[in-house]
Amino acid sequence: MNTFLDQFFFGYYPYVAMTMFIVGSALRYDRDQYTWKADSSQLLRKKGMLWGSNLFHIGIILLFFGHFVGLLTPEWVYHPFMSAATKQIIAMIAGSIFGTMCLVGMLILLNRRLFDKRIRKTSKFSDIFILIYLFAQLLLGLLTVPYSAQHLDGSSMIALANWAQYITSFRMGATDFIVSEAWVFKLHLVLGMTLFAIFPFTRLVHIWSVPVQYLIRTSYQIVRRR
Amino acid sequence: MRIRAQIGMVLNLDKCIGCHTCSVTCKNVWTSRQGVEYAWFNNVETKPGIGYPTDWENQDKWNGGWVSKNGKLQPKIGGKFRLLAKIFANPDLPEIDDYYEPFTFNYAHLQNAPEMITPPVARPHSMITGEVMEKPEWGPNWEEILGGEFKKRSKDYNFKTIEKEIYGQFENTFMMYLPRLCEHCLNPSCVAACPSGAIYKREEDGIVLIDQDKCRGWRMCVSACPYKKIYYNWQSGKSEKCTFCYPRIESGEPTVCSETCVGRIRSLGVILYDADKIEEMANMNDEKDLYEAQLKIFLDPNDKSIQEKAKKDGIPDSWIEAAQNSPVYKMAIDWKVAFPLHPEYRTLPMVWYIPPLSPIQNAIEKGVINNRGPIPNVEELRIPIRYLANMLTAGDDEPIIFALKRMIAMRNFMRAKRVDNVILTDVLDEVGLTEDIVDDMYRTMALAAYEDRFVIPTNHKEYAGETPFDNEIAFDTRSSCGFSFGNGCSEGSTTATLFGGKTHSNTMNGNIL
Repeated sequence: MNTFLDQFFFGYYPYVAMTMFIVGSALRYDRDQYTWKADSSQLLRKKGMLWGSNLFHIGIILLFFGHFVGLLTPEWVYHPFMSAATKQIIAMIAGSIFGTMCLVGMLILLNRRLFDKRIRKTSKFSDIFILIYLFAQLLLGLLTVPYSAQHLDGSSMIALANWAQYITSFRMGATDFIVSEAWVFKLHLVLGMTLFAIFPFTRLVHIWSVPVQYLIRTSYQIVRRR
Repeated sequence: MRIRAQIGMVLNLDKCIGCHTCSVTCKNVWTSRQGVEYAWFNNVETKPGIGYPTDWENQDKWNGGWVSKNGKLQPKIGGKFRLLAKIFANPDLPEIDDYYEPFTFNYAHLQNAPEMITPPVARPHSMITGEVMEKPEWGPNWEEILGGEFKKRSKDYNFKTIEKEIYGQFENTFMMYLPRLCEHCLNPSCVAACPSGAIYKREEDGIVLIDQDKCRGWRMCVSACPYKKIYYNWQSGKSEKCTFCYPRIESGEPTVCSETCVGRIRSLGVILYDADKIEEMANMNDEKDLYEAQLKIFLDPNDKSIQEKAKKDGIPDSWIEAAQNSPVYKMAIDWKVAFPLHPEYRTLPMVWYIPPLSPIQNAIEKGVINNRGPIPNVEELRIPIRYLANMLTAGDDEPIIFALKRMIAMRNFMRAKRVDNVILTDVLDEVGLTEDIVDDMYRTMALAAYEDRFVIPTNHKEYAGETPFDNEIAFDTRSSCGFSFGNGCSEGSTTATLFGGKTHSNTMNGNIL
C-alpha cells in the first residue's frame, strides 16, 4: 500500500498537478481574463498591509527562488564551488530567514483576513483557503529545518533534488529517491504539488502577470487605435 | 508635427448651480454596481473645501501627477523601479474611508417595525459589511454649500498662497461649485503608472480607457491620477474610470453628464493638437508657464496648412470641420476664457473650466459699486482671484483677470444692447473684443443652445484600421456583442465559475445585506 501511495504521489501526481497548473492557467487566461487579477484588498483596509504584505511577498518570492534553484541545479554544476553539505547549510539558513520573514507577514495578513470585518466579509472562500493553505505549507517547510539538522551530510537534500530533476526531465524511477525520506518532507512535497494544481482556481494567477514588461516599456504613454 | 484629434470639454462654472444632476445621471449609468458604490465618475464639490477623496488636490499627500526631475518628466509616485517597489503595499493609495464607506438605509424597517412609542428610524448600514454605521462621516458631497466648519474646509489646497483667515468670517465668505470628472489628459499619469499597460489613450478621440481584461489590479493608477478619478472596484479587483461615455461620443451624442446638465454649462468639441509637443510642453520649468504651454500644443483648425496635414495624418474631414466649429476651441483658445484644472500637475488635462464671476465684495458696505469705468475692478470680486488662479493657472492671476474682464464686458455689452438699446463699443475695446466675437460668445456661453454646445462628429470606424476604409476592421464588429463585463461575448452571467465569482450580493438594491 505504501509503495502504491509513494508511486502515486511522487511518480504520477506531479504530472497531474503540472498539467492542471498549465492547462488550467491557459484556460482561465483565455476564457476568463476579467477574473485574472491580484485582487488587492488594500482599498478596504490599509492597516497591516505595509508590513504584512511586503514581508509575506518578499519572503515567499525568495523562498520560491530558493526552492527553484536548490532543487533544479544538478550536482555537477555546484560541486566545483561547494560540497553538498555546505549547500545544505546555506539552504537551511536562507530558508529559515526567508521563512521567518514570510511567517511574520503571513500572520499579519491572516489576522487581517480573518478578523477584520470588512476584509472577512468581502473575502471569497478561495481567498481565505489559499492563505491558510500557504500558512500550513510554510509551517511544514520550517519544520523540515530541524529534520534536516539531524543529517548534515546533504544526502537527503540530494535525494530530493534528484527526484525533482528526474520528474522535470521526464525520467523513470524518480519515486525511488523519495521513499525513505521523512514524513515531513513527503507531506511538504504533496502540499507543494497540490498548490500547483489549485493555482489556476485562486488569485495566485497574478503571479503569472508579474509586470516585468513595465520596466522595458520604451514610452510612458500608450496611445492606440480602437 | 503629428496631428491628433480629441473631444474636449469646457464647463462654464459661472452657470453651475450645483444641482448634481450630472453626478446622479452618471452614477445611474456607470457606477450603480457592487464594488463601485463609493465611486462617482462625476461629482460636484463645493469650494472651498477639501473634497472627495479628502484633500485630493494635495499631491504632497497623494503623490499624483508628474514632476520634472533633472529636466525629465517622471510620475510623482516614482520612476519605474520605485513604482514597482510599491506593488505589494502602495503607501499612496487612499483607503475607502478617504472617499466614504458606502451605505444604504434600512428602509424596510420603516414598514416592518412593530408598534413602538417612538417612530421607527431607518438607520444607515454599511454596504460593505452590512452592519449598522453609527454615522456616515464623509462622502462625495460632504461640504455641500459650505457644510462643515471653516477650519476643516480651509485646508483646501487652493488657499496655499492666500491669507485665508478672513474668508472664515461670515461677511467675507465665498463659494463656488466644481464639477469634476476624468480630465482625459494629453499626458495622463495613470497611463504612465500602469504596470500592466492596461490603460491607454485613444488616438482618434483622445478618450482614456482602462482595458478591463488587461487590468491586473496593481492599483498604481489610483495613486498616479492627481484628480483621483480612477477608482478601484473592490468587488472585481479592477480599476474603473470615467469613459467619457465613449459609446455615445462615437455616435455623435454628448456624454450623459453633458446631456443632462440643466444649467447648460457643459460644451463638447474637437481640438486638434500636435502630439510631438506634449512632452516638451508638459516639462516647463516654471509651473506658471504650463497653461500657456498647453495652449501651444493646440492647433488652429482654420489654418489651411494644418487642415492639409491633419488630413494626411488620418483625421476625417468631418472631424476637421467639427474642429472649426468647436465651442471648446473657441472658449479655450480663441477667447481664452476657459482654463485647465491644476495645470501644475503636468498632465495637460482636456476638461477645461470657465471661472465663475461673483458679486462685488464691498458693494454692500459702500452702498455703491466702485465703478471704475464700464468694467468694475475684478479684484473686488467676492471669490479671490488668487484662489481661482491656484485652481486653474498654477497661481498666475493675469489670465484669470483677463477672462473675468471679458465675461463682465460681455454682460455689460449685452445688457446695454438688450435693455437700453445702446451699443457700448468702449466696453469691448478695453478687453480686445469685437461686436461679432461678443455675439458668438453670447451665443456659445450664455444661450448655449444644444447644437452650439455639442459639436461632436460621429466616429469613423473605417479609420480604425491601418488604412482609411479598412473594411476588415470596419465590419469586424458588426453583429458582435456591445459593452460587456468580462468573458468577452458571454451573456453576462453573474454566477460563480470555477475561477471564482462575486464575493457579495447586490447592495445597490436598497436591501441590507
